[in-house]
Amino acid sequence: MPEIRLSRAIEFSTSLRYWNPALSAPENQRLFGAKAAQHGHNFRLEVAICGEPDPRTGMVMDLKDLQEILEREIMERFDHRDLNRDTPYFDKEPPTPENFVQVIRRLLIAALPEGSLDRLRLYEDGDTFVEWFEPREASR
Amino acid sequence: MIALTRRYRFPAAHILSSELFSAEENARIYGKCANPAGHGHDYAVEVTVTGPIEPRSGSILPRAELDALVDARVVARFGHRMLNDDPAFRTRVPTAENICAVIHEELAPPIAAAGARLVRIRVEETRRNAFTLGELR
Repeated sequence: MPEIRLSRAIEFSTSLRYWNPALSAPENQRLFGAKAAQHGHNFRLEVAICGEPDPRTGMVMDLKDLQEILEREIMERFDHRDLNRDTPYFDKEPPTPENFVQVIRRLLIAALPEGSLDRLRLYEDGDTFVEWFEPREASR
Repeated sequence: MIALTRRYRFPAAHILSSELFSAEENARIYGKCANPAGHGHDYAVEVTVTGPIEPRSGSILPRAELDALVDARVVARFGHRMLNDDPAFRTRVPTAENICAVIHEELAPPIAAAGARLVRIRVEETRRNAFTLGELR
């Protein structure tokens, strides 16, 4: 049976400000402009899992289990929270989507069956998203 | 590997017809899109870049820098214009496929000069048609 990729999406609302704690306030304002002020977004996270379906259940992974992991690891940590004040992840770096998706990747890799996380797409708003994926060898 | 995508919009007119073909052939090949008076779309363009994350800004490319590049080289140039009048489409029919290619040619050098790499252009011609040049590997 070939590998199948399945994906599940969640949406959560957080406040944040782009702020690098190593820099002064004027430097942050110059670097990030309006985003240096506290604001908020409706984030959308698409999580793709890849694997061979279990021959008995016909499933790569039970979507209930995946949803439970996403609730515990992502929703409880981030939904209706402030990324800078309520989480420990942005004490040294700004919560840009590039940095945020790496935090999410570490949390999900630790929680999901080994090797199953295939790619992530994190929308900060309707016009901005980041993707994380494992680089693959170019097909010949 | 991490990639950043931003989405932009511009409304533009075009006519699908080529000097390689007769009027009858253009009408047969391109159908309604060959109307010599023109027609138009609300184009949406997704620009995807990869590269190292610069630690100070936490960004592959500062958002304002990418936006300024795309605004100048794509949105201001093609928005509220007849695409067939643009030099880029003098020898190419302004199909969405060719619009992807032209936008890629326009943006790849300045994005490289800014320290990132343009890896994907996706053009939505309508909400029902999308065209993608390049992919993430």
